[in-house]
Amino acid sequence: MNDSERALRNKRISHAIMLVILILLFLLFIAPFLLVVINVFKTKADITSNPLALIGKHGFTIKNFPEAMRKMDFWKVFLNSLIITVCSTILTILFSAMAGFVIVRNKWAACTLLFSAMIASMVIPFQVLMVPLVSVYGGILGVLNHRLTLILLHTGFSVSMATFMFHGAIHTNIPIELEEAAFIDGCTRWETFWKIVFPLLRPTIATVAIIDAMAFWNDYLLPSLVLQKKELYTIPIATQSFYGTYSTDIGLVMAALLLAMLPILILYLFLQRYIVKGVTSGAVKG
Amino acid sequence: MYPRLHPERAIIMERNRLSYKVSQFLMFAGPAAFLFCATVIVPFIYGLYLTFTSWDGISRTKPFVGLANYAAAFADTDYWSALGRTVIYSFFSVILINIVAFLLAYLVTSGVKGQNFFRAGFFIPNLIGGIVLGYVWKFVFNRAFVAIADALGGTGTSLLSTPSGAMFCLILVSVWQYAGYMMLIYVAGFMSVSESLKEAAMIDGCTPAQAMWNVTIPLMRSSFVQCIFLSITRCFMVYDVNLSLTKGEPFNSSVMAAMHVYNQAFTYKNYGTGQAQALILFIICAIVGVTQVYIGKKGEVQA
Repeated sequence: MNDSERALRNKRISHAIMLVILILLFLLFIAPFLLVVINVFKTKADITSNPLALIGKHGFTIKNFPEAMRKMDFWKVFLNSLIITVCSTILTILFSAMAGFVIVRNKWAACTLLFSAMIASMVIPFQVLMVPLVSVYGGILGVLNHRLTLILLHTGFSVSMATFMFHGAIHTNIPIELEEAAFIDGCTRWETFWKIVFPLLRPTIATVAIIDAMAFWNDYLLPSLVLQKKELYTIPIATQSFYGTYSTDIGLVMAALLLAMLPILILYLFLQRYIVKGVTSGAVKG
Repeated sequence: MYPRLHPERAIIMERNRLSYKVSQFLMFAGPAAFLFCATVIVPFIYGLYLTFTSWDGISRTKPFVGLANYAAAFADTDYWSALGRTVIYSFFSVILINIVAFLLAYLVTSGVKGQNFFRAGFFIPNLIGGIVLGYVWKFVFNRAFVAIADALGGTGTSLLSTPSGAMFCLILVSVWQYAGYMMLIYVAGFMSVSESLKEAAMIDGCTPAQAMWNVTIPLMRSSFVQCIFLSITRCFMVYDVNLSLTKGEPFNSSVMAAMHVYNQAFTYKNYGTGQAQALILFIICAIVGVTQVYIGKKGEVQA
């Protein structure tokens, strides 16, 4: 056996060992989810007696699902989350792409001031703003308990990061000659932006959409402060309130948790490549 | 050459007028600037004002109390122990998150079959909100772990019922939650180090471990800086998992700083004191942020 053959064999062995380690780690990583999936098809008594058994003594049941769906009002809650996530994401993308454009292309004092304020604000933790937010929007203006309030607040919190990302993308990827050509052809700035610049920003739009939509969908603290009426609850708030009421009925809790996770897991199944790519490029640039 | 003003020059002159600048700025940046001010700038300044009042959350009047809230914030021993606990929790979480994330990144960039599948798989915990993750793990700790302990002939009490056990659980869940995310950043770092540099080092007589330690890791410096600071800020501000996994129990022994601020303001209705304590958190965050920029800029290694 010569050297290269030995090297090849060593490489194969080390790859096989790494593959085994990876599979074990992966199973460990998703074990909590698997436990939920196993137990969601059991009765309460079976879960209590042995949470690790694949199938309980009383057999396979799907009764937990309809009851949990009814008790947490799943479709309404799902729709609330969907409306809020979609609207906030769209507004964030439109407003920050526009702001990023005007900031890159002009050296006005107002642009510099806005951009520096946005970058500086990224270190402010939400906990510093939550008390004054409740005080201003609840006490003074009295606009809590409206979906629109939450949508605008979500947008306001995410525009700084998104503007920063669009600023970078326009600065490095959009040649100014394109805009000059459009200008000579008689486009106004507004038309140039929507017809030429915005369509070219598609990769950044996808990144911002993925990062922000996931953040909005999963956010708990801000929605829980703004939406206190039961009919406006989003999935995280509804899960929390469901657990508070039915924590002893463990079969129902399992079903509610699985329902809360399913929408995004199903989406991940289809968009997995884009989500991993979007999150990576967002994290590495930001 | 031009007897009259050329139309293009007219437009350029128009573009230098203040009214043009103002209308352009408002047209493009107006919505973002308005929402940004309404949600971040105004509340931030108003929050500074609130720390000098003793507002109870309901009444219209906000009596001015001077520095009493800051005095109360500094005298609040629960706050300092929550802060100290948060530092301990963040310290262990950050170290473990980064070790696990780095090892995962190493494994999924080594050319093993199905590495894209594993990358996507380890990322799954990040898709789901902290509230839901906390409840899932609460079930695991309270039921599954207890069942395993019983089967092994142990006592069968939940880890979440003792203070140090609850801390351990919080750290474990955070590591599990964030390792996949940080892994993606380390993967990007691994990919940015070119294969030829490693090969050159090996030809010069490096073992693979030496090449990793002396070539790859120094070149991935920016990934390390970024992951460490990201995990510090995430851990320091932990709230969702804290609320759903332990709710501060047992006996308020697992209340982290963010939860203490929330309770101070919204449960005990000491809005001014809560806001003053939040501002102290902000100062800590700002120091961390500035340090990150400083360290990130300083001493970058280039190939």
